[in-house]
Parts: sequence; C-alpha cells; structure tokens
Amino acid sequence: MGNYVKLIVLGLITLFAAVAANWGRDLAYIVHAIIIMGVSAFMFVRVLRSMDKPVYATPEGYMDDVIRAGVIATGFWGVVGFLVGVVIAFQLAFPQLNFQPLEPFGNFGRLRPLHTSAVIFAFGGNALIMSTFYIVQRTCGARLWGGNLAWFVFWGYNLFIILAATGYLLGATQGKEYAEPEWYVDIWLTVVWVAFLAVFLGTIFKRQEKHIYVANWFLLSFIVTVAMLHLVNNISIPVSIWGSKSVQVFSGVQDAMVQWWYGHNAVGFFLTAGFLGMMYYFVPKQAGRPVFSYKLSIIHFWALIFLYIWAGPHHLHYTALPDWASTLGMVFSIILWMPSWGGMINGLMTLQGAWDKLRTDPIIRMMVISLAFYGMSTFEGPMMSIKAVNSLSHYTDWTIGHVHSGALGWNGMITFAALYFLTPKLWGRAQMYSMSAINWHFWLATIGIILYAASMWVTGIMEGLMWREVDANGFLVNSFADTVSAKFPMYVVRGLGGVLYLAGGVIMVWNMWMTIRGGAKVQAPVGVPAE
Amino acid sequence: MNETSLLRELADNWLLVGMFSLFVIAILWAFRPGSRAVHQETSNIPFRNEDYPASRQDRSSQTEELQP
Repeated sequence: MGNYVKLIVLGLITLFAAVAANWGRDLAYIVHAIIIMGVSAFMFVRVLRSMDKPVYATPEGYMDDVIRAGVIATGFWGVVGFLVGVVIAFQLAFPQLNFQPLEPFGNFGRLRPLHTSAVIFAFGGNALIMSTFYIVQRTCGARLWGGNLAWFVFWGYNLFIILAATGYLLGATQGKEYAEPEWYVDIWLTVVWVAFLAVFLGTIFKRQEKHIYVANWFLLSFIVTVAMLHLVNNISIPVSIWGSKSVQVFSGVQDAMVQWWYGHNAVGFFLTAGFLGMMYYFVPKQAGRPVFSYKLSIIHFWALIFLYIWAGPHHLHYTALPDWASTLGMVFSIILWMPSWGGMINGLMTLQGAWDKLRTDPIIRMMVISLAFYGMSTFEGPMMSIKAVNSLSHYTDWTIGHVHSGALGWNGMITFAALYFLTPKLWGRAQMYSMSAINWHFWLATIGIILYAASMWVTGIMEGLMWREVDANGFLVNSFADTVSAKFPMYVVRGLGGVLYLAGGVIMVWNMWMTIRGGAKVQAPVGVPAE
Repeated sequence: MNETSLLRELADNWLLVGMFSLFVIAILWAFRPGSRAVHQETSNIPFRNEDYPASRQDRSSQTEELQP
C-alpha cells in the first residue's frame, strides 16, 4: 500500500517537474525542474522495481550506513567549500580572476554565496546531521526511529544543497544573507527538516536511558530553532509558480530585522548550539572521561537558549532600526559572553587529569584548539557588538575575520576532530590510517586560520580608520578606492591562509580515504607519553 | 501599530517577567537536592551502549561507570 502511494506521489512530481521544465520563466528554474524531474523519475523506477521484493524485519543494531554516507559527504563538501573560498579570496586580491568567458557564472557575486552555503550548510549541515544521528543513537541506546526516513533526510538535504548551489550560479537568489535559496527550495528544506526532527524525536522517545544526555538538548534546540528561523525569514510570495522569483512579505527595516534575527540565530543555533552538541559528546569520548561539570553544561544550555535569540539587532547598529532595539541587541550580546566562556571552560576542563593526551593525541589537540577558538570568537563577537566598536568595525573586513575565526577555528576544527573520531569507528578500523597526517592537518589549519584572522584584523581596522579620517577642514581624506588598494597585501595573505586550510582539508580527505580502504598503518605515536 | 512597537510592548510587559522567571527556575532546578547523583549518572551516558543498542534486560548489568 505504502509503495503505491509513493509511486503516485513520485509520478505526479515527475509530471509536474516536466511541465515546469517546459514552462519555466528563467534558467535557474528550468534547470531545477529538470533536476527534480530526474530525481523523482529515478526514485519512481527504484520503488517500482522493489514492489514485489520481500520486506525484511528491521535489523537490531544501530543504523550506521546513513552516518557513513554523512561522513563522506561532510569530507567532500568541506573540500569543495574551502576551494571556492580560496578562489573568491584570490578574486578579491586579483579581480582579473573574474574570467570574462565565465561571466556571469564565475563572478565573485555569485561564487560568494556558493562558498558561504557550501561551508555552512553543506559541510556544517552534513556534519551536524550525521553526528546527530550518531550521538542520538548512542546516548539513547536505541536504533534510529523511522527506518529509511533517515536516508530521506540525508539525500533530501543534499538535494537541497545541489538546488541551492546551482541556483546561486544561475542567478536565483532572494538576496538574504545565508538564506539565499528561493521559495521552492525553501519549501523542500522545510519538508526535509520536519523529517529530521521526526527521526530525532522518535529516537529520543524510544530511548533506553532514563535521562536525555545534554548533547541531545543542544541538538534538539538546534533543530527546532532552525525550523522556526527558516519559516519566519522565508515568508515570501512567488511571482509565478513557473519562476524562481519571489517577493518578501516584510519590507524595509522590519525585513532587515527579521533577516538579522534569522542571521544571528543561524550562527547561534546552527553553528553554536548544534556544534556544542557535538562537543559535549565527542570531547568526553575522546578524553575518556565524563564532562567536567554536568551542572555547568545545563546552565550553559539554558543561558544560551534564553540570551541568543535577542542578540540579532547588533547587526543593525546606526541604521533605521530604533535605538532601543539595537541597544537591546548589544546588551544581550555582551551578556552572552559569560555562558559561552562557561561552555568553553567546561569543555577544556573535561581534560583535567588527561592533559598529557594533548602531547600524544592529535585529535584531542584539534578539540582543544577548536574550544580555544570558540572562546576567542565569543569574546570578539560581544566586543564588536558594542556600538562604539561597531562604528569602527562594521562593513569592514574585521567582521569577515571574526566570522572565519569562529567558522574555521571552532566549527571546522571540531568537525575535523569528529570525522577523525568517527571514520575508524564506523569502518571498523583501529585508528586513522596516518596519525602524522592528522598532525599535518592540525598545523596547516591552525597556521591558515592565524594568517586569515590576523590579516583581516589589520585590513579591517585599517579601512575603518581610513573611512573615518578627515582633514582639518572636515573633508574625508580617503576615497573608497584608496582603501581597496591599501588592502591588497592583506588580501594576498588571507588567500594564502585559505590555501593552507584547504591543503589541510585535502590531507584529511586522503587520510579518510585510506582509512576506509584499508587498516591502520602501524607506527609509533606522535609524541612520547609523559611518565 | 507597527511590528517594532508591538515587539517593544511585548518586551516591556509580563512576558519579560515570565521569561526571566522561567530562566531562573531552570537554573535553580539544576541545583535541586539530589541532582548530583542524577547528573553523575547522566554524564556517564556516552560511555554506555557504544556498539549496540541497549535492551531493557541488560540495563542493570551495565553498571560500569567512569568516575570524574
């Protein structure tokens, strides 16, 4: 019966997509209709061929196939995202790299959202989904709920990534930062996300443990809040059902406020709460001891949940937004510093009594540096949200440096550590193929981030000072183009930092590949254990 | 009334008091008597059921705990 419903639905989608491909008003929409038509036709044939196959009972063990797929997807999208980042970094330093024959597709303006979405949603999103599936099963002592629904989440989410990425290149965007995909892609993501929530909650409900481990609290808040943010920020009306263009319902400063309420909480709940869920599981696991203070993790959770949601207005200092609203955003951002550092200390102190592992275990080292960057960027962020500081830093590259010390340092490093933890475990190997390659990755990535963040501090503060410099008569001293040419050396350094980070990512993918293919290479540990 | 003023009204009234009290209660609840044992038990969850789901019968046999 279920299969007949599936066939009817898939058949209707294929038919609709075929009509849409014919009547589409713009290139992005037509290409998307063809992709959707292909995918649903393929699924139709797949379901049809399995109609009279016997239905097997659900296996007893954990559902790890979908996590293995997620690990591979995370590694793949990571390298793609870093590569696009390096390309656009050099496009800024050398505008000639906006090659004429590739226009308009290879233009910085179209590649930039491709980069941000590839690293945040493709790399980070796949990392979050696969580690959520891993953590929720282990901490509940139960197999994932919903059978193949988890596979639907994985493939559905990656289809969303493909639609978003091709859409940017072909010019379909609603112009909202980190929420660029157009209306039908938003609807598809909503469907996938509801399935994700169902798999997660279903597993929680059938848990064999009495209590819900704190990592799951963070993961649940991440899933629920992202759903809420996505729905509110994408309230728009399509111009035509046969085209990708849509019009936002909010307008003016209300639209800006909704956008940055979304944007900042995407940082807060996607890149912070979700990755903290990973941290609260993988750090204790790798250190071999429970989290330093479970009480502190509970306070960390509630403080983050109650405070983060108010911090968005600090993106709109000195705009048409009422003064009280931006002051509110600033105050809450500063208060946020405390729980963030509480969480960092909690993670670092988990190593209490196991600090010697820092010398011998490169995975622990990655976790520690990621927590250090979490602490650094959660100090820098509140500082930049202070209005006086923001008047210097806003619209400059300092902001870009801040984002990357959080994204490359905190999100990237904790994800690499999780991948190094999971890859041997999921493929039944003793350890990663090469431990010294992990060490190389660690140093390449760390030096890359330092080059990136330092050059962006210098160039950001420099251009902020140049913009506000006035002569004795009150005239501005520098034109915008003056700041652009002054920034050139720092842009090259930033690009080099990106190259190092990308090289680390390539080494990681090679290491994962070799681990999956064969057993661990036998060799001496990197350091000598302290006696 | 536009949206921003509406939000201001919300921020200024009992909703604020309610949210703040909820926050304080959630924090105080973590310090309730007897929470230490619960938290110790819960913080050891990652070290159980590593390779295979728990079945109800053998939960009691998994008493091997890591001490902080």
